[in-house]
Amino acid sequence: MFNRPIYFHAPCFLLAAWMGCGELSLKSEVDFAEPLRVINSVSREGQGNAEAFVAMQTLVFADAKSIPIILAAMASSNEVALNWLRAAVETIAQRHVASGKPFPFVELGKFVLETSNPPRARRLAFELISKVDPLTSDRLLTGMVNDPSPELRREAVQKLIQQANLSLSESNKVGATLLFQQLLSLARDVDQVDGIAKSLRNLGQVVDLPFTLGFLTQWKVAGPFDSIGGKGFAAVYPPEAQVDLAADYDGKTGKVRWQRLLNTEEDGSVSMNKPYTPLKGVAAYAYSEFYSENARVVDLRLGSKNAFKVWLNGQFLFGQEEYHRNKAIDQYRMTGQLKSGRNIILVKVCQNEQTEDWATEWDFQLRVCDALGTPIRSVAAASGGDR
Amino acid sequence: MRRILAMVCFLVVFQVWGGDWLQFRGPQGAGVSDETQIPTTLDAKKNIAWKKALPGRGLSSAIIVGDRVFVTCTSGPNQERLHVICLNAADGSSLWERQFWATGRTTCHEKISVAAPTPVSDGKRIIALFSSNDLFCLDLDGNLLWLRGLMRDYPNASNGLGLASSPVVVDGVVVTQIETDGEAFVAGIDATTGLNRWKIDRPKKANWTSPSILRGAQGAMLVTLQSSTGISAIDPKTGVEVWKYSDGASTVPSSAVRGDTLYVPSSGITALQTSTDGQPFKQLWKASQLRPATASPVVVDERIYTLNDAGVLTCGDTTEGKRLWQLRLKGPFSATPLAAGQHLYLVNEKGLAQVVDLSKPEGQVVSELDLGEPIIGTPSIGGGGLYFRSDGHLWKIIKS
Repeated sequence: MFNRPIYFHAPCFLLAAWMGCGELSLKSEVDFAEPLRVINSVSREGQGNAEAFVAMQTLVFADAKSIPIILAAMASSNEVALNWLRAAVETIAQRHVASGKPFPFVELGKFVLETSNPPRARRLAFELISKVDPLTSDRLLTGMVNDPSPELRREAVQKLIQQANLSLSESNKVGATLLFQQLLSLARDVDQVDGIAKSLRNLGQVVDLPFTLGFLTQWKVAGPFDSIGGKGFAAVYPPEAQVDLAADYDGKTGKVRWQRLLNTEEDGSVSMNKPYTPLKGVAAYAYSEFYSENARVVDLRLGSKNAFKVWLNGQFLFGQEEYHRNKAIDQYRMTGQLKSGRNIILVKVCQNEQTEDWATEWDFQLRVCDALGTPIRSVAAASGGDR
Repeated sequence: MRRILAMVCFLVVFQVWGGDWLQFRGPQGAGVSDETQIPTTLDAKKNIAWKKALPGRGLSSAIIVGDRVFVTCTSGPNQERLHVICLNAADGSSLWERQFWATGRTTCHEKISVAAPTPVSDGKRIIALFSSNDLFCLDLDGNLLWLRGLMRDYPNASNGLGLASSPVVVDGVVVTQIETDGEAFVAGIDATTGLNRWKIDRPKKANWTSPSILRGAQGAMLVTLQSSTGISAIDPKTGVEVWKYSDGASTVPSSAVRGDTLYVPSSGITALQTSTDGQPFKQLWKASQLRPATASPVVVDERIYTLNDAGVLTCGDTTEGKRLWQLRLKGPFSATPLAAGQHLYLVNEKGLAQVVDLSKPEGQVVSELDLGEPIIGTPSIGGGGLYFRSDGHLWKIIKS
């Protein structure tokens, strides 16, 4: 059925909606279970788009009261399906607002306040409320500074940053300092953390920004290995096959051994130019042990201008062969499975042969976070052993 | 006869009606409008029909379909919220807006934006691509038809500086050129289903140029793909290469098309003409003195215009590539100039719009309008209006 073009299926649904009542009224969640399942089944390379489009014709003609059910279905969505469902909600909301009918504020509000609901779905519900009643949504933010939704939390934190700045403008340095200190532990977005840290430093406070953001600072590095012509990215050098911290390896210019490298850079960067001096056409490995109290899924977030590969406990997570384009904190987000106890993080970072002044960086920055961006520190680090 | 045939093919391919501006640099990606009502003197009080605040950043051009204007932008601390906006061309009022969450990486250079690629329309649908490689197809009323998360499909296809190539639609195929150091491909995506019709590997090197559309020797439309290696002309239905030019080309300014000739930023400018003598194309000339910087060249009648890093507008003739004159403008420029009639419309990075009268012997700036905000994106011309967009606003300029 779904091998035909999308438009082939659409008219029957559009006609049904038009002939029926203009808006399909929801009786129970079961009414939408199948279209929601279909939309949540979209997968790679456009597979499922045709079916999702047909399913959408059921959803978009629904009554606004059905919005919380569509939002709740986002719990089972991949990122592509999330956008299908977002479009469904926006389409319903647009039509509903245009018709002048009252919005289901209470239901949406309940959905927002239930923090076990999907974060993005809660944010979307919040935005729907904001469009019609910004005062209420603003008040709701007050209790969201510790929210599991990154977007809601950000906005709530931003409100408090404004309050702290207001205290500063009123010459209440003590009040501002206390508020900024509180915010430093609440903020998750890097730009907010950075801004809060600057404010605290201006107030004479000491802020350990790399620790606050949770950058891994204790590393052992081995290199340089040959990467002339970029071959080091694909080459499998011995540390990549098996890490042996006591081993000697044949490096690019002679024997190489693992050596300790303590990262002290403000932005968390682990610079290979420190132990090896600036080199070209080279690759090196960085090894770190990360202790976790329990098994859990985490984000490994890396930024680098260099080609890199990352492994967690021997499992390859991701690599990118790009040089000197850009670096940003959390530029690459990789999902990994920590086990209880010791975990091994291995990073290969390559330097190419560009000779421009701006092509000397040979480094990376890496932190372990939960999905919200909350830094997760190695147990040893948290107990002070890492610093 | 040849010209008439070209026009017929063009109209069939694009299904346009007068005044539409359906893609980056408009019809055929040429940057030339046949509108006759675009003002040649720009006055803030007399000519700004409306100025619309946008909810986020962007440097994509607005496109115009009938009485509607479509524009993309991004918001959020990491530009992870993607917006597709539809406005009423008459008064700038909002008709609808759709927002999406980026599914791919959004890191980019601070000067540019995740909303860098210009959306494209076939007159029935809007197809919006973002630097996160999210691709959305909506009908003109904002109903989502299909979507793709191309960075989820092809995870290494990203550039830390951001991507900017704008897709084109030919024969029901959305040609999406995504070329980075880590992964490079061009996908021919079915405009109806959102599925790949074909996908070809491309040179793994960062590239920000957009495809152009050129009539081939057999009359069928070809899509020309520009990269550091040169030009590859492909059949949009299959992705099969029809001919290639291998003398290298720029990875920033895109080629310009006029008639049956492609003007490629290669060794300055190289003119490649569709050939009817059995060869796939004929190289007419190379002109190093016409080298463009960021902005793409524009061809008006028998003249080609390029902008260099110093903000100097160079005029060359399209017969031999000979430089005819140069005119220093107030730069620097990132936006590509557009032409309507005998006037060229340019806007520099500070937001100063400048109008150059091309009928004067060595060109002459005849009007300026300070829009007061940095502008990186290329303007648009459609429905009797000239459009500029910044990170914060979209302006419509009309004849008073």
